Amino acid sequence: MQERLKELQQEALEAIQKATDLKALNEIRVSYLGKKGPITEVLKGMGKLSAEERPKMGALANEVRDIISANIEEKQQGLEAAAVEAQLASETIDVTLPGRPIQTGNHHPLTRIVEEIEDLFIGMGYTVAEGPEVEQDYYNFEALNLPKSHPARDAQDSFYITDEVLLRTQTSPVQARTMEKHDGKGPVKIICPGKVYRRDSDDATHSHQFMQIEGLVVAENIRMSDLKGTLELFAKKLFGEDREIRLRPSFFPFTEPSVEVDVSCFKCGGHGCNICKQTGWIEVLGSGMVHPNVLEMSGFDSKKYSGFAFGMGVERIAMLKYGIDDIRHFYTNDVRFLKQFQVKE
Amino acid sequence: MFVSYKWLQEYVDLSGITPDELAEKITRSGIEVEGVEVLNEGLKGVVIGHVLEREQHPNADKLNKCLVDIGEENPVQIICGAPNVDKGQKVAVATVGAVLPGNFKIKKAKLRGEESNGMICSLSELGIEGKLIAKEFSEGIFVFPNDVTVGEDALEKLQRDDQILELGLTANRGDCLSMLGVAYEVGAILNREVKLPNPAVRTISEKATDYVQIKVEAKEDNPLYVAKVIKNVTVAPSPLWMQGRLMAAGIRPHNNVVDITNYILLEYGQPLHAFDYDRLGSKEILVRRAKDGEKIVTLDDAERTLTADHLVITNGSEPVALAGVMGGANSEVKADTTTVLLESAYFAGPTVRKASKDHGLRSEASSRFEKGVDPNRVRAAAERAVELLALYAGGEVLDGEAVVDTLNVEPVVISITLEKINRVLGTDISIEEVAGIFTRLQFETTVDNETITVTVPTRRGDITIEEDLIEEVARLYGYDNIPSTLPMGSSTPGYLTTYQQKRRTVRHYLEGAGLYQAVTYSLTSEAKATQYALETREPIKLAMPMSEDRSQLRLSIIPQLLEVVKYNVARQNDSVAVYETGPVFLSNGTDALPDEREHLAGAITGLREQHQWQGEKKEVDFFVLKGILEGLFAKLGLEQKVEYLQAVVEGMHPGRTAELFLAGQKIGFIGQVHPTVQKELDLKETYVFELSLETVFAEEVAPLQYESIPRFPSITRDIALVVEKEKVAGEIESIIVEAGGKLLKDVHVFDLYEGEHMEPGKKSIAFSLKYFDPEKTLTDEEVTKVHEKVLTAVKEKSGAVLRG
Repeated sequence: MQERLKELQQEALEAIQKATDLKALNEIRVSYLGKKGPITEVLKGMGKLSAEERPKMGALANEVRDIISANIEEKQQGLEAAAVEAQLASETIDVTLPGRPIQTGNHHPLTRIVEEIEDLFIGMGYTVAEGPEVEQDYYNFEALNLPKSHPARDAQDSFYITDEVLLRTQTSPVQARTMEKHDGKGPVKIICPGKVYRRDSDDATHSHQFMQIEGLVVAENIRMSDLKGTLELFAKKLFGEDREIRLRPSFFPFTEPSVEVDVSCFKCGGHGCNICKQTGWIEVLGSGMVHPNVLEMSGFDSKKYSGFAFGMGVERIAMLKYGIDDIRHFYTNDVRFLKQFQVKE
Repeated sequence: MFVSYKWLQEYVDLSGITPDELAEKITRSGIEVEGVEVLNEGLKGVVIGHVLEREQHPNADKLNKCLVDIGEENPVQIICGAPNVDKGQKVAVATVGAVLPGNFKIKKAKLRGEESNGMICSLSELGIEGKLIAKEFSEGIFVFPNDVTVGEDALEKLQRDDQILELGLTANRGDCLSMLGVAYEVGAILNREVKLPNPAVRTISEKATDYVQIKVEAKEDNPLYVAKVIKNVTVAPSPLWMQGRLMAAGIRPHNNVVDITNYILLEYGQPLHAFDYDRLGSKEILVRRAKDGEKIVTLDDAERTLTADHLVITNGSEPVALAGVMGGANSEVKADTTTVLLESAYFAGPTVRKASKDHGLRSEASSRFEKGVDPNRVRAAAERAVELLALYAGGEVLDGEAVVDTLNVEPVVISITLEKINRVLGTDISIEEVAGIFTRLQFETTVDNETITVTVPTRRGDITIEEDLIEEVARLYGYDNIPSTLPMGSSTPGYLTTYQQKRRTVRHYLEGAGLYQAVTYSLTSEAKATQYALETREPIKLAMPMSEDRSQLRLSIIPQLLEVVKYNVARQNDSVAVYETGPVFLSNGTDALPDEREHLAGAITGLREQHQWQGEKKEVDFFVLKGILEGLFAKLGLEQKVEYLQAVVEGMHPGRTAELFLAGQKIGFIGQVHPTVQKELDLKETYVFELSLETVFAEEVAPLQYESIPRFPSITRDIALVVEKEKVAGEIESIIVEAGGKLLKDVHVFDLYEGEHMEPGKKSIAFSLKYFDPEKTLTDEEVTKVHEKVLTAVKEKSGAVLRG
């Protein structure tokens, strides 16, 4: 009987060894360990054994059972793992193939610049003011200290619709309109982006339509030094932390004193290159202290209030910043041009 | 204004400062120097030569064989093609080894068998622009006066050993249209003394008033007219140095008399005019407005018809000059002129500007009068001119002047406090520094405690108010020295308005949905202006368009976007998806500002997804674009309020276009561009939409409220309905929604079939209906009860048959 059990154990272990799949293994389990299996058969003959031998034999039978059972278990785990592996192998993909494309567009580069500037100034307490693109001569010129006889307002340079109505040549009329609305009470802190129009033939550096963005602060005790500090922040944010600015005296009818503002060249850092024409500086905007006539015309007491204003061409900023060589690109909207401005720097 | 560095040294000591350094200093303190030109850059080895012999080249008709003394041991043979070369002339010779502009190196050469050791030069070969070369030398070599020395540097003689600063003057700095003005500016910048010319004129006993009387009718246009008379003048070339300076400043030399008037114009900024006294034919100068239709032939030989807007100088009857703009041909100084009447006057800027504009004549004189000349320099300039006429034209100056002077020159006096200066600039400048700056500018000042009173010289007409003085202080104190601060005082909130925020939301959404933002022109052609307009009014036309293509303001954006699509498709960008937000312009009649309505438009064509390697490549269609819009309205909280109704819109596919209504109000349309339009533009199927963004944003949006997540399961029932082909899904959906009541939570189309298994003229639409009660789990019976109601309603109201 003992031999028979050993034999069965040997036989079972060999069968387990040979089993190649879970189904075969299960058959082995049933055939050896099942109620009708050979071990049970062997145990049925236990009655013939002596009382001393019976527990011994019982223990042996259990031991054989356990060994077979453990072997099956072990084999099963092995087979299961192999099956998973086989499945995974069959499911392998080429991960270097491209993903399913998500088609997205992006901001036009001009909007990108405008929003960047808007956000910077909103953070400093400005609001965004907008105004009409078809404007009265009064707001476009007269309210900005450019009376009808002023040499700087040649009809040849503006798109007039009638004698009194024209396409605005600058975003400054928005400043005049906003100040007027404030009814002589400060503070006014606005940033005004928008399209403007001039009678220019379109070429690589001229466009009859372009964008400007202007800023205006009117309050008590606004100083030239405030303008300088504000523009310094602006230059660093837009062109990089290492930028410096310098102010050069200039002339605009609506500001006095007036300055043009140069930013140290962001390409060469100020050493001189082709972008800055070897000067180390790039002219980016015009600005100044709001002319008392402009304040008065818009209902502000120039004795009590002062202010600064600044303005720049958005295309110029974009061209400088991104190295764009032809202003017409902004208006032809070639997809190969537009899609280059999706990156968040 | 072109400023000669060498000439400027006559007025201000420039020692220790190079032209480039000077340019930088001038730029930093107010006047932009746009460039510094080195006149003799890339030029060397050009000397004065003396043509000893000239004979015809033996083998060439048009060449001359010259023997030229160039100051070396032996004269050299030079072949010269200039028609005017001749024996005895002093000429500029580029010797062997010389370099001319464009890196043109002069070498020993053989020309038609004859040796040539250098080149006799024209002025243009020396880098002088053709339009600046005196007429007699414009076609040949330049002939020097006889007193030059052989072997000397010819470029020096021509004042080419100089550098020219090109000033970019702003409209307010007309004072720097003169060497003296620039000298004052530079003197202030460098804090150096300014030396003014001090004309010494010897006069003869005859009096100018015996020769001419001045009458001025138009005193507002011409408050000051000074005439001097110079007799026994010999008209000849002006001195070489003067010609050189004129050319360097951009003025062509003529003869000594004309050159002197131009030289004074450059030196004093005061335009002068020289008349041939004898040709005037009278003893009278009358300044008056022209009569309408009166004519004058100006010095450029053009006959000009005048109006009463124009001021003329007359000899009592006939116009002899267009005041401040150009002289008349009838009184021109010519080679035989012996008596000169010299005019120095103050003409009002606007009058000169009008004449200059009307006749398209911008002269050196008119541009100075327009900006305003210094009234106190009118006589000084005349005095200096007659000094030079006596010196260089051999003239005898008559005593005194004939004059009309009604000019009341009151200098501007401005008082300003130190506190104000420092308050505006944000600085802490001392009273001494401020006073020092005004002294440097040669402004007369008195300081009383901390108040400075400045008498502004008449040459600086741009300074009229305190702020102008502050600018003078700031620019000479140096903007670099002004501190950087930020505005103080109460802080203000910075924000975007709701409208502006929504516009940004729209942009981000559309870009996320695959559309690129485009920016196009507002001006367009007459044909395109009104195409696809949501609302049409009188087109708004420019008074003076530059081209028909840009002559009117747009009433819609779609035509512009179709141009963008066309442009891209023609360049192999086959799949295009773009949008634009911007105004369209609706007229309110002449002189009233138009309504500017912000619109949103989009256009798509080509593939939905590019570079796709899996699955089917799908072209865009109506529903792709509609889906984008539905998503947009969902984002704006308006999807329940928007209806799409089949519509016919000009230029759009009649079967594939819908108008959009928001809460019953028309807001735009969507659809396929009409196939004929597509064909004209060479486009494949292209879908577009345009919406009035203002109307969309104006619609009230219910405040966002959280709705609890369902705790009970919902029950879904699908139905397939067979209906007439013309029956639209939206209508059936409305019936279902109405009948479904509040238990019907959601309904949507999930299939449409119009194939062969259908009866002709019919289609099958499948809807999925979701029932849900937030209070409890619905039973089958409860759902069935509602669902039956839905089915009955659909059958009755749309004639639908439930598909088996």
